[in-house]
Amino acid sequence: MASQQTGEAYEQQNVHEVYQEIAQHFSATRYKPWPIVERFLTSLAPGAVGLDVGCGNGKNLMVNRDVFIVASDRSENLARIAMQHQPHSTVVADILDLPHRDATFDFAISIAVVHHLSTPARRVQAVAEILRTVKHGSETQEGGKILIYAWALEQKNSRRGWDKGDEQDRMVPWVRKGDQPQTFHRYYHLYAEGELERDIGNAGGRVLESGYEKDNWWAIATPKTAHDV
Amino acid sequence: MKVITANFVTCAVKECKTSPASFPLHFNDAELEQQELDFQPEFIRNVLPRIDWEALRTISNELGFPTLPDSKPEGEALDNEQTLKDLHRLLLETHVTEGKLTCGNCGHSYMIKEGIANFLLPSHLGEEYHLFLNNIIPHALFTQIASQIDTPGLGTGF
Repeated sequence: MASQQTGEAYEQQNVHEVYQEIAQHFSATRYKPWPIVERFLTSLAPGAVGLDVGCGNGKNLMVNRDVFIVASDRSENLARIAMQHQPHSTVVADILDLPHRDATFDFAISIAVVHHLSTPARRVQAVAEILRTVKHGSETQEGGKILIYAWALEQKNSRRGWDKGDEQDRMVPWVRKGDQPQTFHRYYHLYAEGELERDIGNAGGRVLESGYEKDNWWAIATPKTAHDV
Repeated sequence: MKVITANFVTCAVKECKTSPASFPLHFNDAELEQQELDFQPEFIRNVLPRIDWEALRTISNELGFPTLPDSKPEGEALDNEQTLKDLHRLLLETHVTEGKLTCGNCGHSYMIKEGIANFLLPSHLGEEYHLFLNNIIPHALFTQIASQIDTPGLGTGF
């Protein structure tokens, strides 16, 4: 029963197992990076090294071949699809236990991932874990930058039609077409306006830029330094 | 898993991050494969400053390659195309297809299967257990939120 489950077990059943099942079909429908993601990745210095946390099929690994990205996904089936994109690399990992050292990377992206974590504390923890891995800024050096996207509650012109004031925690159906169509349900937390920025602040980040694109809230942030109040 | 990747991963266990013994992870029973990739000298030149050379030397030894020079090639050494080609071959074209990566701090091993390393932790080593031990997230909160999102009727009406 869900009432006895921890967030981890809940997500195992309602997020991870679903992506394992729908990996092939999901991947076939995800092929174009979103414009802000493309802009972020193409603005990086050649030789920059970073992470793509929750890389899915790796569609964002096609944007820039002059940087090196260690991509990861919780679904091994999706990670196997992503590993074809050169010159990058893909591993299987959990967003809350990333296998990366502190303050090492120039950048990190996590696109449409944190909305799958099922409690407020876990969503903040996920952002904190990504922030942990990027370089800290100093007076002489810019800090590493992270780009995070999450599905917006405010999307009244979308097919779903949700808007401000609606329920934020939802099971969203995925219909796998074929001879025997099958429907899977994934858990999502829909982010209300300002919520992503608030989570980033609570996770120890400073928001540099943020906005709304195609039914999603996005933010670019860097770890807070001693100078930030 | 490309050899370069070993330079950018460590143990997934929180407590190991602060221990120097956790990096680099150590290869055991590694099976290697060469996979050709276009040689981009600029890429190697640009990425090299981010490479932890000591870690790369350790990894390279463990995989049975000839010992790398004591110090990282810099300056004029990077004009030598053969040096860049050798690094390209080691970092990007050499893959570990099967084997284990073991943490020198906690001893936990991560499996590499068909070229992918799996860093998922057994539950007694993961975040959930960590938060529980430190009482950061009381169990009651999980229970409360889990029950909210499991209310009847959720998932209908789409």
